[in-house]
Amino acid sequence: MFRDIGGLVILFWRTLLALPLALRQRRKVAEQFYEVGMASLLMVCILSVFIGGVLALEIGPVMVERGLANYLGGILGLGICRELAPTLMAVLIAGRIGSAMAAEIGSMAVYQEIDALRTMNINPVHYLVLPRILALAVALPMLVIFADLVGWMGGALVCATNQQIVVGMQSFFANLRETVDVQDVAHGLIKTFVFALVIGTVSCHQGLSTIGGPRGIGRTVTKAVVNSIVLILILDYFLTHLLVQLEK
Amino acid sequence: MSGPGNNDSVRVEVRGLRKSFGEHEVLRGVDLTVERGEIFVLMGPSGSGKSVLLKHIIGLEEPDAGEILIEGQGINTEGLRDRYRMAMVFQSGALLNSLTVGENVGLYLREHRLKPEAEIRRIIAEKLDIVGLKGAEEKIPGELSGGMKKRVALARALVIEPQLILYDEPTSELDPLIAITIGQEILALRDRTHATSLVVTHDRDLAFGIADRIAMIADGEILEIGRPEDVRRSQHPLVRKFLTADFKPKPQ
Repeated sequence: MFRDIGGLVILFWRTLLALPLALRQRRKVAEQFYEVGMASLLMVCILSVFIGGVLALEIGPVMVERGLANYLGGILGLGICRELAPTLMAVLIAGRIGSAMAAEIGSMAVYQEIDALRTMNINPVHYLVLPRILALAVALPMLVIFADLVGWMGGALVCATNQQIVVGMQSFFANLRETVDVQDVAHGLIKTFVFALVIGTVSCHQGLSTIGGPRGIGRTVTKAVVNSIVLILILDYFLTHLLVQLEK
Repeated sequence: MSGPGNNDSVRVEVRGLRKSFGEHEVLRGVDLTVERGEIFVLMGPSGSGKSVLLKHIIGLEEPDAGEILIEGQGINTEGLRDRYRMAMVFQSGALLNSLTVGENVGLYLREHRLKPEAEIRRIIAEKLDIVGLKGAEEKIPGELSGGMKKRVALARALVIEPQLILYDEPTSELDPLIAITIGQEILALRDRTHATSLVVTHDRDLAFGIADRIAMIADGEILEIGRPEDVRRSQHPLVRKFLTADFKPKPQ
């Protein structure tokens, strides 16, 4: 456990030191960015519309019952952009992209491809880790902006069509605009950026530490996803606490 | 890393090298010297520590004790890999499966930005031609046979124009004809570049066919070292057993 955390910190530090090489690796960053973005966009869309919808279903009737229907857009908007979209998208990407990264790098480690890079004096952190972490750090916040918009749409749609709620789209978005400001969206995006670094670093670290054959790769993928999700949820609390303090 | 061009070969010294994995001691104080430009074959049965020794020489493993010197400097000396070009041909080829054959062969030049793109493409074609794989640039490693993968790995090593080249079981899993081709390539490469070559194998035919000197290793210890004819005359029981073993059953 502590060795894993130590390894993570060292890998993250080495990646930071490699940042000046980012421009040189732009082609690989773009490839990874395309991989993360295009592979996840549809999934993000589907997930977000249902997150917004289910949130409206859960809290809509209760708020309407208490005469708070006018605040529904704001509550839903805040919930989605500050908490649900960043956290759930990060969990989705950890499962979808983090696992693929860990499996790919893990299989390269098992089949001596990483050793081959080292013998050619090619640093695996520069060649494999830096492009992946950078691509995630850019793509995940963009996906979350997309998820915010689609989530709000999903919530508005359910509010407008559900017989127990019946809050019109215009009223929903008027309250959302009144309540949610740029700072709230930024709050979610800052958390998302940190989650992206966590997913990238954990997945690459697990991949590079892979030993054994196919079973080792399987273990690596499981550990990468589980560790990423656990770290995301723990960090979510502390980051939220910190950001709320800063917003005061 | 310095660009390909300077073909001065290097001298390799291994002194008192020890390595254990858990309780199992794989290398027990190995001492050997590989002279500049020679083909040195490290021969021994499976599990004798040959490949582990090779990984130490290229810097992929850290020794528990002892040292490896390239031209008198420790393998992990800062900047050593920038001064001397070293390459390794892995037993499996270790080609990057996500890249095409051409991208694999040109990887070193592209990543270190040593040549313009047009020149890199010309070098890739030339090296693939040398190993008998002309026009295979666009193939992916998954489409290649074991022998072809090894030849691509050899082409990838040739691109570096190495001063020291290490071969890990270059003929394992190959049919005798391809094995002979690989052996001839090792000889041709040495003649062309004068690179120091260290070959790890348990293939007796290959060892005696190409070696300037042979070391016999078993259980992590060097049992015999010398020119091929000296090793053939060795009276060490394990060396005799390894060199004379054949498929014919002994008469009762």
